[in-house]
Amino acid sequence: MKGKRFLVAGILIVLLAMGAFAAPFRVAVVMPSAISDMAFSQSMWNALIAIQKEMGGATALELKYSENMYKVPDAAAAVRDYASQGFDVVIAHGSQYGSSVQEIAKDFPEVTFAWGTDVNTFGLPNVYAYTAAAEQGGYVNGVLAAKLTKSKTVGVTGPVEVGDAKTYIDGFVQGVQSVNPNITISKTWTGSFSDVALMAAAAKTHIANGADILTGSSQSVVGSIGAAKDNGKVLWFGTQANQASLAPKLVVASQVYDWTAMLKNIIADHKKGTLGGVTYTLTLDNGGLKIAYNPAFRIPASVKAAGDAAVKGIAKGTITVNP
Amino acid sequence: MVLFAARHPGMIEIRAEETVLTTGTPPSPAAKRRAFTVDWSRIVLNVALPVLGVIFALLLGAVMLLILKANPLAAYVSLVNGAVGTTFGLTQTLVKATPLLLVGLGICIAFRANVINIGGEGQIIAGALMSTWFPLFFHTLPGWLLIPSTMIAGFLAGAFWGFIPGILKARLNVNEILSTIMLNAIALQLMNLLLQGPLMDPAGVAAHTFLAQSAQLPHQVWLPRLVPRTLLHAGAIVAVLLAAVVYLFLWRTTIGYDIRAVGLNPDAARYSGINVPTFQALSLTLAGGFAGLAGVVEVIGVQHRLLEGLTSGYGFTGIVAALLGSLHPLGLIPASILFGGLLVGADTMQRAVQVPSSLIDAILGLVVLFVSGSALWSRRWASRRRAGEQMDTEEAA
Amino acid sequence: MKSVFSVAVISGILNTMMGLAAPFLYAALGETITQTSGVVNLGVDGIMLLSAFAAFYAALTTGSLWIGLLAAALVGLAMGLLMSFVSVTLKAEQGVSGIGLYMFGLGMSSLLFKVLIGTVKTVQGFPPVRIPVVADIPIIGSMLFNNSIPVYGAFLLVPLVWWMLEKTTFGLKIKSVGQNPAAADSLGISVDRIRYISVCLGAVLAGIAGASLSISLLNLFQDNLTAGQGFIAVALVYFGGWNPIGVLGGALLFSVVNSFQLWVQVLGVKIPASVAVMLPYILTIAALTVTANRMRQPAALNRPFERGES
Repeated sequence: MKGKRFLVAGILIVLLAMGAFAAPFRVAVVMPSAISDMAFSQSMWNALIAIQKEMGGATALELKYSENMYKVPDAAAAVRDYASQGFDVVIAHGSQYGSSVQEIAKDFPEVTFAWGTDVNTFGLPNVYAYTAAAEQGGYVNGVLAAKLTKSKTVGVTGPVEVGDAKTYIDGFVQGVQSVNPNITISKTWTGSFSDVALMAAAAKTHIANGADILTGSSQSVVGSIGAAKDNGKVLWFGTQANQASLAPKLVVASQVYDWTAMLKNIIADHKKGTLGGVTYTLTLDNGGLKIAYNPAFRIPASVKAAGDAAVKGIAKGTITVNP
Repeated sequence: MVLFAARHPGMIEIRAEETVLTTGTPPSPAAKRRAFTVDWSRIVLNVALPVLGVIFALLLGAVMLLILKANPLAAYVSLVNGAVGTTFGLTQTLVKATPLLLVGLGICIAFRANVINIGGEGQIIAGALMSTWFPLFFHTLPGWLLIPSTMIAGFLAGAFWGFIPGILKARLNVNEILSTIMLNAIALQLMNLLLQGPLMDPAGVAAHTFLAQSAQLPHQVWLPRLVPRTLLHAGAIVAVLLAAVVYLFLWRTTIGYDIRAVGLNPDAARYSGINVPTFQALSLTLAGGFAGLAGVVEVIGVQHRLLEGLTSGYGFTGIVAALLGSLHPLGLIPASILFGGLLVGADTMQRAVQVPSSLIDAILGLVVLFVSGSALWSRRWASRRRAGEQMDTEEAA
Repeated sequence: MKSVFSVAVISGILNTMMGLAAPFLYAALGETITQTSGVVNLGVDGIMLLSAFAAFYAALTTGSLWIGLLAAALVGLAMGLLMSFVSVTLKAEQGVSGIGLYMFGLGMSSLLFKVLIGTVKTVQGFPPVRIPVVADIPIIGSMLFNNSIPVYGAFLLVPLVWWMLEKTTFGLKIKSVGQNPAAADSLGISVDRIRYISVCLGAVLAGIAGASLSISLLNLFQDNLTAGQGFIAVALVYFGGWNPIGVLGGALLFSVVNSFQLWVQVLGVKIPASVAVMLPYILTIAALTVTANRMRQPAALNRPFERGES
């Protein structure tokens, strides 16, 4: 009898230990727009899914998300909820969530909080901040655009002149002008991140004005890409996520935010006991920013070479882009 | 007749007044007696029917949850739990209820004058903008002075944004639905303009992040938090006090009486000398002020700075809360808490069963639809009572 | 820098205006019919969204744009019946029930989009149909005679709706129900039936408006595709004074100023973008201050009708 009880206890202990080892790493993310927005939110979700696959699936990495959290108090409640549910890492993927993270992180010292895009960790040991140097990819796109434009007119369809929309476009302008300062760059701002119809009308206006290359930022640029498609000849440069699928013949390249390296660092550090205190910036140098060329678009070798040179220059520091 | 009621504004309950204003004859002694008793049956109906509407909508929602392979029971349990089951959830409910109550109070005043105010979003922005600029400019003032003056300034800013459609309607017959919809968009662009320029956080400019937010407001203007580690702030108390103030205003002052008279029977009001357009403009101005105050408390109570997206749709959900509260300032208190709880619980539900947040929006839409539809029966009841009172009046005469 | 007043630019402004105005026209003309019968439907934006999705999904899966249009009309009809039931039969407070309908349409369209499609895709929408000879007339030609079928439909709808409201007995019934439902009722007109039909007609047109966005002008669907255009359409009804011609004027005014401000930005005129974006809204209010005095709204607007109640 005693032996049997020891056996049962032994099996239970082994099972418990296996359970402990098999407990997944838990990451939750709160995002201001849809995970399929082909832009900011999707970039983070894509990275998380990729890491989940690499780690071995949902049993190794548990992922939960809350999307369309554009109301900040709701997002704060979501962040707090996930933290109190025992998630290891909670990602507040929106710059408006900053003060919420600052308050909540103090209450959950064993949880890692990551928030972006910003550079402020509030001096807290369990907060990471992250941002993307969007102006760098903007510069490269600008160089490529300047080499490809035949009408010497380029159009920019922007949402609101803030955040990484502004920095991307500022970089793009610098890139174009570094190749040919006489190219006309026209800019429109629709005043909204979600007004697709107005974005499409803006794109059509640029096209009617003679632009043969367009770029822009935010999830509403699907309208601009649609306008380019209707025209059939206007080329598109994207940012934040790979937008080639929307117009396979016309998208030249997209600056992609690749958060995977940063996320792997955060997960690894958490396991080692470091919960925060670092600001991550995605750059071309550290691979966080990538220029994803569209394989379906035949880009002339000389143009691509110019793009690669721009990437190298920015990474090495010989070219400086001012956001 | 109407003059009688006007000379004794505090003595007669609204139903008796409705009799006077619709029939033109003074209330009979029987009606006056009824006026002093609390009509429990009506209160019960006003509460029970909307609740039935909510339940019916949630049933439809359960069907949709099943289709999405989520467990409706678990979902709704987490909804209730999220709203009132935890301390944090309960405080979140109250945090959401505060701007709903404030906007709703304004809607109440406007609706009572038969004016539809859908300009809440723009008025909230006006109040929020003022309550950002004012403390940043007067940052040396001490808190006990800065907080009330910021709130007054924000109220006035919102009132101004309500005054514009009001005066346009009164003087130029410009329909207020059009002007308020347009002004909502104008206010949004104004906020964009200021956030991109003079109001942008200097720290964000220096760090080249250019975030669409203002600098953090000076600490002394932050509304004190009522429960530590939550977002519940003193604005909630202010809102409840203001509900009492609005009640007294509408039922115990002549201006308030005139506003209600304009809404119940504009022709009778006009004949008794009330300038209908002026009072409609006044009600829109006041409604704007309260919506502006909602913007103020979100800025100095919750966010401590101005952020884009701050309005959170309260300009529209406040209308729903006002209806749930039967357009009565005191009824608005439980109504905004109920609706706030619904919103908070819905988010918790979304996280718990991981259904798309759009399902929550769809269910909330059904709730609003069915609750607004459930008001029929209480209205039929009220009109039957009114008919009964009229018969009493005729008998007495 | 090109001058804003060159022929090419003016032509460009007018061309863009046509595409911008079409969805407003469908939705606002529909709402005009609805409001003429005495019902306010603030849920137009929600109807546009759900119908836009239905049209897009139908076109995506069947490959037929016309089936897409039909799907949009049917979804609009269903939403219209829901709104009629709640607002006419249950006599709900119409401003609120409209907002509920909007929330429902917004949520449902996003939900179905996420579940059935998942990511942004495009379709080949209605192409522009160029009418030979007349399309060659300078400025006017490219503006009027080189549009897609849904855009042509929007403008042809204006005289149609005007004719229906002004010259048919049915239109007379709608107007009487909106002006004096008690009198109409005593004359044997079924107030509820007329209102049901009017609300549903308006909703079907709002559905077509949504389809014009997702399978003609933008050729895609995304969350909150309309971004509040339905509310602007409702506002335009008031601008137009419940007259289809006035509504046309409002839609054109709003759209031409919107198109103009985009051109102003493209041409590099030094005006802050936010101010430019504000222009259509400011000018619409300004225009109404000049014309509003002559307007009479349907006397029974936003008042549910109950026989025996005055």
